[in-house]
Parts: sequence; structure tokens; C-alpha cells
Amino acid sequence: MIATSNSSTSSNGDRTQILAKIREALREEAPLKHPAERSAGGEPTTAHFREWLPPVGSSAEERFALFARLSETLKTELHVCTDAAQAAAVIASIAEQCEWKTVALHHGELTDAVDRALPTSLNRVWVDNGYDKEVLEACDAGLSECELLVAQTGSVCVTGPSSGGRVLSVLPPHHLVVARRSQLVTDLTEAYASLATKYRETGYPSMISFITGPSRTGDIERILVLGAHGPKRLTVLLLP
Amino acid sequence: MQATDEAPPSSQFHSDADRSANDGPRRAAVYRALSNYKTARDRTGATFTDWKSARAAASTIKHEAVNNLDKYLEQFERNFTARGGKVFWANDSRQARDYILNLAKEKNVKAIVKSKAMTGEEIHLNEALVAEGFGVVESDLGEFIQQLKGEAPYHFVFPCMHLRRDEISDLFNRELGTAKTNSPEELTMIARKVLRRTYIEADMGISGGNFIVADAGMISITENEGNARLTVGVPRIHVALVGIEKVVPRLGDLALLLPMLATAGTGQHLTGYNSMYGGPRQPGENDGPEEFHVVLLDNHRTRLLADPEQRDALHCIRCGACLNVCPIFKNIGGHTYGTTYQGPIGSVITPHFRGLQDWKHLSGASSLCGACTETCPVGIDIHHHLLRNRRNAVTQKPTPLENLMWKAFSFLMRRPRLYSFATKVAPLAAKLHPLVQGTLADPVRVWTDTRDFPEPAAESFRTQFKRHQSTRASQTESTNTTR
Ligand code: SF4
Repeated sequence: MIATSNSSTSSNGDRTQILAKIREALREEAPLKHPAERSAGGEPTTAHFREWLPPVGSSAEERFALFARLSETLKTELHVCTDAAQAAAVIASIAEQCEWKTVALHHGELTDAVDRALPTSLNRVWVDNGYDKEVLEACDAGLSECELLVAQTGSVCVTGPSSGGRVLSVLPPHHLVVARRSQLVTDLTEAYASLATKYRETGYPSMISFITGPSRTGDIERILVLGAHGPKRLTVLLLP
Repeated sequence: MQATDEAPPSSQFHSDADRSANDGPRRAAVYRALSNYKTARDRTGATFTDWKSARAAASTIKHEAVNNLDKYLEQFERNFTARGGKVFWANDSRQARDYILNLAKEKNVKAIVKSKAMTGEEIHLNEALVAEGFGVVESDLGEFIQQLKGEAPYHFVFPCMHLRRDEISDLFNRELGTAKTNSPEELTMIARKVLRRTYIEADMGISGGNFIVADAGMISITENEGNARLTVGVPRIHVALVGIEKVVPRLGDLALLLPMLATAGTGQHLTGYNSMYGGPRQPGENDGPEEFHVVLLDNHRTRLLADPEQRDALHCIRCGACLNVCPIFKNIGGHTYGTTYQGPIGSVITPHFRGLQDWKHLSGASSLCGACTETCPVGIDIHHHLLRNRRNAVTQKPTPLENLMWKAFSFLMRRPRLYSFATKVAPLAAKLHPLVQGTLADPVRVWTDTRDFPEPAAESFRTQFKRHQSTRASQTESTNTTR
């Protein structure tokens, strides 16, 4: 038997043995029971995924209509705004209603524009150069940009570089996303393809997250409750 | 939880199955939860243009991954470590546990927050950490409830689906001192409040992983609550404990697998948060853990891999759908299985992981209706694998008494005269049966304990057939083809 004492944190464990066991195990071939359509390269093409998954429609209007419909079922609050000032007005009215004191946010073209139009009475915590966890936790909302919006699933795709890091979009109890209509893509296939193109040179961001509605759970009797650990509310402000 | 020096797994199984099947209220709670699931799943499943082709493709992707496991694991490791991540290969539970324990000690960890990881259950990680004095808090709501209750998860996707809200309220009242409530919403908010602090205070986060993405060098985690996002994002050290079979070749494959996992698992179009992580905080980033460790767990998965006939059981994406549709699961419940992975897929893989002879009884925990196979989003041949496990179990260790019975049966069946004689004496034997019924002398006791033995027909099929033939013959003769 293989010794199990090899668990020091400086080693990589039983790498060689495990790889050897895998190669030994794979010597006999296993049948492919459900052969799928394949591309010329022999791999199942991602292009096909679209033919099987829930349909989206090809025009920008159809994409938007589906995103809006799913947002409603998911309890994502979607606001179509004419410009950043209007988005700021929407935020300001929520802030007043919910008696917000502080909003956390990061610098970006859209967030900066919204920031300029937000009332000065609302405190800002900028997360760009690091932040105190306690301070961020105490914020009433987190305002971020996003990478993409996905019509097929009603999702908001955030990444570290686009959305103020890993935590801004999930720790405060209300997540506000400001995005442009042109960021709305058809489905996950298109989302991944677009990330691959954008980050070809630098490599993928260290976090990519598809957020689909506010935080939720069905753990108690499979009954839906919003705001389990992440944001209780998710608001998308869509600019032209 | 684990039957070690207690009863052998099969007798634990039988006595728990008996008890659970007779627990009406518990079964009602499980039925209710599952019917909520079914409504959601049917609705979302129906929006797919072509579920069958999607399923074939999902199965093909996992087939490619599992049948080139060495290549893809190495590719993942290369890409993940290139960005400062650390990969540790654990041969078995102890090695994985020891690594995580050593790490926690070396890094002066005090508090640990965990998001749902069935691999953690598999290697009994919490017990080991607590024994060494570390505070560990489960952050997934269902797991948090089960941890408070001191009980293993009931279902590997819905950990506390068997509990009613009043039971959870009583539990919180007892353990956390909170006021009793009948509202799932209020109960959830209690957990939210308690757990908020733990994310901030923990210096180590531990998670599982749903997919290991080879080409991007990432770990993908699917969850609804946001607790995994916080567990991975906030503490300074992160450890993801993942089974080696979780590989997919390309990041783009998730465009298919994530919606399928969500639809089959919970009936959602997409689960609340699907997050892919490619290592610790990178230069220029404002947050994220300083260290990101991935522990790749074998723990006998290579044993299943070595069986080409059942290798596809490693394609499982742990959606839990096969449990949700299983008539046996619905009636005996999750704890009865006595395994980390319950239900049909658990019954298939556990004998490979923990010994065929000790766990072969699980292959019988099936009506062979095939509902599991039909519902599986990656097309695993689940119920046939249960039959294969039955076959392998008797090949490996013949059962003399059963063998003798089959021999006698085939002896009888190959001798028409003897058979005909047997059918004649059967009614007589049935008359005598009440004399011994329920006693040790009863040859069919296992059956008659809980049911009546079917009465033999007054007249055998052969006798009826003969009589029928002769009446027909005489009729045909008398009418002499008047038509
Ligand atoms: S065997 Fe199939 S249905 Fe069962 S949990 Fe795994 S993927 Fe889901």
C-alpha cells in the first residue's frame, strides 16, 4: 500500500501515485453510451448548445424582453434609465426609502458617472485599493459595474476587474449594478466566448461569477426565501 | 453516522429502513418538499428546446473528461499553479484531512468557515478539525441546521429537506436562544445574522467544488445563498476539497453543464451564483485570499475508474435528481443509506469506495423502475449498475444457499413431469402452510413476515390449457368448419 504520511504542506502529496493509478485504470476503454453531435475536430461544439437550451431569440429586442421577464421571476429589480443621472436618481430614492447611510463602490466609467450625480449626503466607501472588511460589511449597499448580462438565464456576470473585486457584489445587503444595454449577450456560450476574447492576453480574471437574482435559499421545506447570505436585493440599472 | 464497530451496514440499513418507512409524518414532509421540487423542475425542463441532445452532449463532455483524467488534471494543475494556487493530491481521507489540519496549524488559523462540501462529509473533516480545537461553522443554511442538530445531511443537495419548520424553529430556540417562529423567512434571517460575523472573523474558508476546469485552471462552485462567494472571498486562506472526477476540459463546457445542473438539481434556469476561481488574490487586485489550495481527492475513485463497465458513474455532477425521483429514497429517507452519497447514485458508487461485500445490500434498495436513469442529466446507467453490483457481489463471494435454491429451481424446470407433479402438490402445501407460518420452520418467512403468501391456483395452467385444447378440438370437430 501507499504510505499516507505524505501530507506535509510543502509537498504536493501522492501526485505520482495517483496519476499512475489513473493511467493504469484507463488502460481498458469505456464505451461512449450517448454519442453527441460532434464538430470536425471531434469535440462536441459549443455552437450546438444553443440549439438545445431554452431559446432566446435573435434580435436585441427579444434578448432584452427575455432578460426583463426573467428578472421579474427572479426578483431582480430592473430599471431602464436614459443616463447615469437617472440611474443615480433611482438609487437616491431607494436610499431615502431605506434610510441608507453608506454605499460601497469602485471606480469605473459608469460608477463614476453615477457617483457624480448621487447626493453628497450619502457616504461613499471606495474599495479599489483594498478595504476594511468590517467597514464594507456595515455598508447599506454595494454599487458595481459588471462584465456582461445574460439574456437566457437573467444573469449578471461579474468579475474581479470589472466589478470591484470578489466581495463588493456579495457582502452588502443590496447589490446595485450599473450596465449598458450593449453588455447584454444571448447566453452563457456567448458570455464565455466574449470573456475568452477579452482576456486572451492577460488570462482570465481570478474570479468570474454569474449572479442570477438576489441571494436565495429553499432549504426550509423547499420554500423560496430571498437574502440567505448574500444580497437580499439586486437592482440592475440599464443605461443605453 | 458511520457504522464502525456498531451493527454491520446491512443490518443498520434494514432496521433504519423499517423505522423510516413507518414514520408517516416524516415521509409526508419529504413528499411535500419533493413535490415542490418536481413542479419547478418540470416547468424549467420544458423550456429546453431539446433536453435529450443536451444530455447526450453533457454525457459526452464528461466521458471525454473522465477518460482522459490524467491529462486534464495535469492541465488544471499547470494552469492553476501558474497563478499562485497550490494543488495537493490526496490518496485517501486521512491524507486530505492531515494536509488541511497541518495547514491550519502552520498558518495559525483560529476560526474556519465552511461552505457546502460533500467531500468534507466523505473524509469526516469537521470532526477532525474540531478534535484539534478549531472552530468550524457550516455556512450553507441546510448544513448549518444539520450541524446544529448534530446530524449528517439527509440529502446531498437538500441537507435538511426532512425537517419541518417547527422542528427547525425549536432547534434554533434550543441552540441559539432565538424566539420561536413559524416563518421560513424569519428562520433564514436568524441564520443570516448568526453567520455574518463568521465570514468576517474566519481566517480560513473551506469549500468543495462542482467542476475543475482544465483549460482555464479554475474551480467552479455552484450555490444559491452567496455563502460560498463569501467563504471563498473573505478569509485570508482558502481550501477547496474536490474529487478528482470533477474535471471538465473547457471553460465553455460550463455553458451547457451549469444550466443542466440547475434544471435537474433544483428546477432553476441557473443556480443563484455560479462562480469560477482561478487562484489567490492576483497582483493589482483589491481582495481575495492570500493563499488558495486545491486538494484533489482520490479516496478510491480510481477503483471505480478501473471498471470500464461502470466508469460512467464518475460522470455524476451531483445534482441529486436521481434521489428526488426515487421511490425507495422517498420512503426510506436519506439517513437509512448510511452513506455520504445517498440514493441511487450513492448505492452505485459506495460499494466501489467502501467495499462491495459490506455495501452490496444497497444494490437491492431499488425497484429497478429506472426513474433515476431517465432523469439523470448526464445519462448514467444507474439502475443497470445496481444489477451489475449484484452480479459482481455473487461472483466475488457466492451465496451457497441461494445457489442451491437456483440449482433446485433449474433442476425442477428442466423436468416436465416433476414440474407437473410439483404443481399438483402445491395447493396441498399451501393448505399446510398456516401450521408453520411465522415460525422458524416456515421456509418463506422473510416474505410472510410482512405479506401474505400468494395462494396457488386451484388448477395449474397446464391442466387448464389441456382442458381448453380438448374442448376446442371437440367443438371444431362438431361444427366442422361451418364458416
Ligand atoms: S447520478 Fe445523475 S441524477 Fe444522480 S446525482 Fe449524479 S448526475 Fe444527478
